[in-house]
Amino acid sequence: MKTIILRTASNYMLPLLLVFSVFILLRGHYLPGGGFVGGLIASIAFVLHAFANGLGNTKNLIRIHPGFLMPVGLGLSFLSGLSPMLGVGKPFMTGIWYPEKIAVIGGLGSALFFDVGVYLVVVGVTLTIIFTISEST
Amino acid sequence: MIEQLLIYPLLLQMALAIILMFAWNNTSTQKFISISGSTLNLALAVYLLMYVWQNGTQTVQAGNWEAPFGITFVADTFSATLVLLTAIAGLAVSSFSSGSVIPPRLKFGYFPIFHFLLLGLNGAFLTGDIFNLYVWFEIIIITSFVLLTIGGEKAQLEGAVKYFTLNILASVIFLTAIAVLYGLTGSLNMADLAAQVAAVENRTLVQVNALLFLVGFGIKAAVFPLYFWLPASYHTPPSAVSSIFGGLLTKVGVYALIRVFTLIFELDNLLENVLLVIAVLTLFSGAIGAIVQNNIRKIFSYLVICHIGYMIAGLGMMTEVAIAGAVFYLIHDIIVKTNLFMVSGVIYKLKANHNIKKLGDIYADFPKMSLLFVIPLFSLVGIPPLSGFWPKLSLIGAGWDTENYVVIGSILFASFVTLFVIVKLWGEVFWKNGEKLPELRNFPYFKTLTSVQKVQMVAPIVFLGLVSLYIGFAAENIQQLASRIAFELLDNQEYIDAVLNSAKK
Amino acid sequence: MEVLLAFMIGTLYASGIYMILRRSLVKLIIGIILIGNGANLLIFLLGRIAKGSPPIIPGDSKVFIEAYSDPLPQALILTAIVISFGLQSFAIILVKRAHKVVKTDDLDEMNATDEFS
Repeated sequence: MKTIILRTASNYMLPLLLVFSVFILLRGHYLPGGGFVGGLIASIAFVLHAFANGLGNTKNLIRIHPGFLMPVGLGLSFLSGLSPMLGVGKPFMTGIWYPEKIAVIGGLGSALFFDVGVYLVVVGVTLTIIFTISEST
Repeated sequence: MIEQLLIYPLLLQMALAIILMFAWNNTSTQKFISISGSTLNLALAVYLLMYVWQNGTQTVQAGNWEAPFGITFVADTFSATLVLLTAIAGLAVSSFSSGSVIPPRLKFGYFPIFHFLLLGLNGAFLTGDIFNLYVWFEIIIITSFVLLTIGGEKAQLEGAVKYFTLNILASVIFLTAIAVLYGLTGSLNMADLAAQVAAVENRTLVQVNALLFLVGFGIKAAVFPLYFWLPASYHTPPSAVSSIFGGLLTKVGVYALIRVFTLIFELDNLLENVLLVIAVLTLFSGAIGAIVQNNIRKIFSYLVICHIGYMIAGLGMMTEVAIAGAVFYLIHDIIVKTNLFMVSGVIYKLKANHNIKKLGDIYADFPKMSLLFVIPLFSLVGIPPLSGFWPKLSLIGAGWDTENYVVIGSILFASFVTLFVIVKLWGEVFWKNGEKLPELRNFPYFKTLTSVQKVQMVAPIVFLGLVSLYIGFAAENIQQLASRIAFELLDNQEYIDAVLNSAKK
Repeated sequence: MEVLLAFMIGTLYASGIYMILRRSLVKLIIGIILIGNGANLLIFLLGRIAKGSPPIIPGDSKVFIEAYSDPLPQALILTAIVISFGLQSFAIILVKRAHKVVKTDDLDEMNATDEFS
């Protein structure tokens, strides 16, 4: 599927979809969206790029092995779950929030970091799975 | 901080798994982290059990949501005991894998996955929420699939297909049962469900739902008509993996059965009879399967099935003595089965063969090691005063009290068959003059291993052997523990109060 | 709506079990996927479908006054979907590897581990 139209379009679609995935990630706390959906959209962006330009080019673009995102994301989620225990002595996974709103991001709290972790894990897992399946043909 | 003690084992396993994932390619670092982390986990689990023993049932409301709405983690004596047993088996297998699993397999993330498996086991034992239990079950089966298929040999993949299909089917049935339960009661918290289910008017639907749970957990616990995935898959992976599977995975199913049928559903006549029939048939089919097999690990697989029957029988009789017997058997079985599969691993490393017809001479060649292997083998049979004897005594006593003479008969039958199988195994593998086996090239024989690896393989067998000797000789302590667990299970008010009233304290 | 969904769930379960009982590996996976979807829809149905009544409380009250749609089943389904996503992708890779190694698609010929030795 190396048509010129798809290849040109995918070059523009990749950043657009990535920005959109971050948007979905950030609006996730009170509105539809969140880390899982955002992560899926981001990995779709890379999969589209791989369709158009070949797997090798996409891998060069990402540089790191997508599997590396899994422990990073897991660690981030884990620490955000741990933070209320270490910080304020509340049970595991209690949401703690910074009292003031911040522009663009909105409310800042441990749940956001948890979601970012989920996002990274989903991107890592999905890309690893899809790359593995498409490589082993 | 101390009030959240009960989730520390979970957090520790999670942290270990994440750290191990960062050290993906560095197997020697992984071995070090895994063994030292498991030791720390053992210390935590011992402390947790002591704490629960003294202060009663502990709860943590995750996310600080009050009890019937959020996910609750509960550690009563039963959960804490199983967490301790998981920690013991985990430490042993962690050390055994460091010594026995070949490096190419370790490169595929063996240790991180192993610790995720332990995380899932701990989670399943500690959770107080039925849907959360489903999630932990899924974590357990996904990680066990990976451990089962690491290496990708033909037998492994074939076994994995069977294991995979039936376990996914079990999960779907479990999920269906949860859906029906939620539709009936509108709650997922197990303590809350205990009251809600009793108030449901449509008793037939409750009974059907209980049977759905029985089938779902029954597949995982490998009871009579649902066990065929077990002997098809447990002999295929490396023996370190087999030992954690044989020791703990089916017992999670048994734990879930005991928990659900003591806490949520009242056992009525029909269910009791179903459980007893299943138990008797499991005892018979497992025992007969073990007689005919020649592959050591297949023999042990069938013995796993056979001995599940004891616990189901204890649950089915539903008196305090019977439950105490089942729990005692569970404690004994986890340690011994883990040990047995490790023994089979060492035998394989010694002779490069699994077939008892071809093996032999092990006593002549390795007398000290053979004497070590006596402990798990004969603990399993339950020759007094070794550990398998005492729970059977309780079970037979309970059977006498409830006049279930068929159950007593099948318990005795299964014990004698186990004795026969173990004696046959001893004769064939240890005493017989075996035929000369061809020396395989490229096979990592025990004698070619480094001394560190030898210690890593033999030390866990010694460790678990000592634990089962302790269970046998200090049976009074264990019996006390089992009786208290049985008391708490049958009188579940303490559990319910601890969960539902913890927020108001 | 409920009746329609109930029929759909029944069909999904039935066809899933039928597919699992077939001998082909690929159909096995299709069957597992169908049953999983049936279970997810079952949770959705049994959580009581209430249209157009989101579970939002006015700021000054503590409890729900009107009937509301239960948000929990959706969370449960999302979790179950995520889990089945992982399981299914593993299943596909497993079947592919198994097919490559065993060189057959027929489950009846995959009996090496059950053979008596």
